Amino acid sequence: MARDREFLLPAGRVFIALSFVAAVLLEWLPWSGWALALRPDFVGLVLLYWCTHKPHRVGIGIAWVLGILVDVADSSLFGQHALAYAVLAFGGLTLNRRVQMFNLREQSVHVFGLLMLSYSVYAIVHWQVRGYVAWEYFLGGITSSLLWTPLTLLLQLLRRPRRNPNEL
Amino acid sequence: MTLEDTRTLRFFNRGPSGWARLIFFSVLSLLLLFVDARYRYLESTRQVIAVVIYPFQRLTALPGEMASDIGAYFSLQHHLLADNTQLHLQHDADAAQLQQLQTLQAENAQLHALLELKQRAGYTMQAAQIAYVERDIFKRKLFVDKGAQANVQAGQAVVDNIGVVGQVTRVYPWLSEVTLVTDKDNAVPIQVVRNGLRAVIFGSGNISELELRYQPLSADIEVGDELVTSGMDGTYPPALPVAKVIKIERDSAYPFAHITCVPLAGVDRHRTLLIVSSVPPLPELPPSEAESKEAPRSGKNAKRVKP
Repeated sequence: MARDREFLLPAGRVFIALSFVAAVLLEWLPWSGWALALRPDFVGLVLLYWCTHKPHRVGIGIAWVLGILVDVADSSLFGQHALAYAVLAFGGLTLNRRVQMFNLREQSVHVFGLLMLSYSVYAIVHWQVRGYVAWEYFLGGITSSLLWTPLTLLLQLLRRPRRNPNEL
Repeated sequence: MTLEDTRTLRFFNRGPSGWARLIFFSVLSLLLLFVDARYRYLESTRQVIAVVIYPFQRLTALPGEMASDIGAYFSLQHHLLADNTQLHLQHDADAAQLQQLQTLQAENAQLHALLELKQRAGYTMQAAQIAYVERDIFKRKLFVDKGAQANVQAGQAVVDNIGVVGQVTRVYPWLSEVTLVTDKDNAVPIQVVRNGLRAVIFGSGNISELELRYQPLSADIEVGDELVTSGMDGTYPPALPVAKVIKIERDSAYPFAHITCVPLAGVDRHRTLLIVSSVPPLPELPPSEAESKEAPRSGKNAKRVKP
C-alpha cells in the first residue's frame, strides 16, 4: 500500500528546510484585504505535515523558531506565533499515529481541529495584549484545512525518489 | 502513550518528552510576549531579524511588483497612444486657430495704426471696409461700404495707415467707388521730401507702379526719394506718403526723364481704409487762374501739368 510505504519515503534535512523556506516565503507574499483574511497558514500546514509524518525530525523547537520568524515578518508580538506553533507542533506530534490512520479527507478534519487550537492560542494572546479578538484568523483555519490534501499530495510527490532511467 | 514512552525512553535518546518541550517553549514564548508587550526591550532584536529577512521579503514581493509594473507599462503605452492622437488633433485645431489669430493680429495692428493716424491728423476721417474690388483688371478701382448716407463725397481722399490709397470718384447711397492712385492717369500732386520739389505723380495702370511725368532730365530727383502729398490741390491732406522712386531713366532723346515709383501705401492690401472727410478748404483762387485749377477739384482722372 502506498500509505504503508509513506514512512519509507526519504526526507532529507535539506528538503525539510526547503519546504519550510517555501512556506515562509508564501506567508510573506504581499497579501492584503480579503486575501489576507483567507490566507492559509502555510507555515502551520507544512509544520503539521512534518510533525505528523516525520515526528523525529521536526518538533516543537523548530516550530518555535519558525514562529519567531513569522512574528517578525507579521510584526506581531514576539512569541505570539511561536507559542501558537509550539502548541500546533505538540498537537501534531501527539496525534501523528492517529492522523495517519485516516485518509486525506479525514485527516483534514483533524488538521482543522489542531489549527483551531493553535489559532485559539494566538487569539487569546491577541486578546490579552490588544484587548480584542481577531476573528479573521479563524477563516484562515478553514482555507488551511482545505489545503491540507493538496499540500500532502504535493509533498509526497516531491519526496518520491526519481525513477532510475536505467531501470528495466 | 505508553508505547511511545517506552520506545522513546528505552532505545533512542530523543531528549525531553513532548510535554516538557511544550511547557518549556510555551514559557519562553510567554516570557517573550510579556517582555515585548510590557517593556519593549526586544525592538533591537526584532530589527536585526527584520534586516536579515528583508531580502527574502523583497523577493516575495517581487513578482507582484513586476506584474503591476508590466501592467502599468502596457496601460501607459495605451494611454500614451491615445494621448498622442488626441494631442495631434488638438494641434491641428490649434494651428487653424493660430492662423486666424495671426490674421486678426495683423488686422488689429492695421486698425491700430489707422486709429493713430486719425488722431494724429488734424482732419476727420471715417473708416470704411472694402466691399468689392473692380473685376476689370485694367481699372484700379474698388468699392467701400460707406456712401452718401455716411456723408462721403466724390473727390475725397482715401488713405490707409501708411499713406495715400486713392480718391473717392463716385458716390452711391451705401457704397463709394474709390479710384486708386495706381489707376491709369489718376494724378496726385506731390512733393519730394528731400528737397521740396513739387510735382504730380500719375498712375500707370500697373498695380505696383506710378510715374512721375513731365520732369526735365535735369530734375533733382534720385532713386530712393520719398514723395509725399503737397496738399496743394485741397483734396489730399499734406505730407501723406505716396510713393518712392525706384528707377530713373534719363534718355536725352526725350525731353522728359522717365521716373518710375512704387506706391508706399498698401494699395492692394488691407480691408479697412480711411476716407478723409474734411480737409480745410483752400482760399478761393483768383478768377484768372480758376480754369486751370478747376480740374483736380472735380476729382476724377484729373490731368495736371506741373504748376
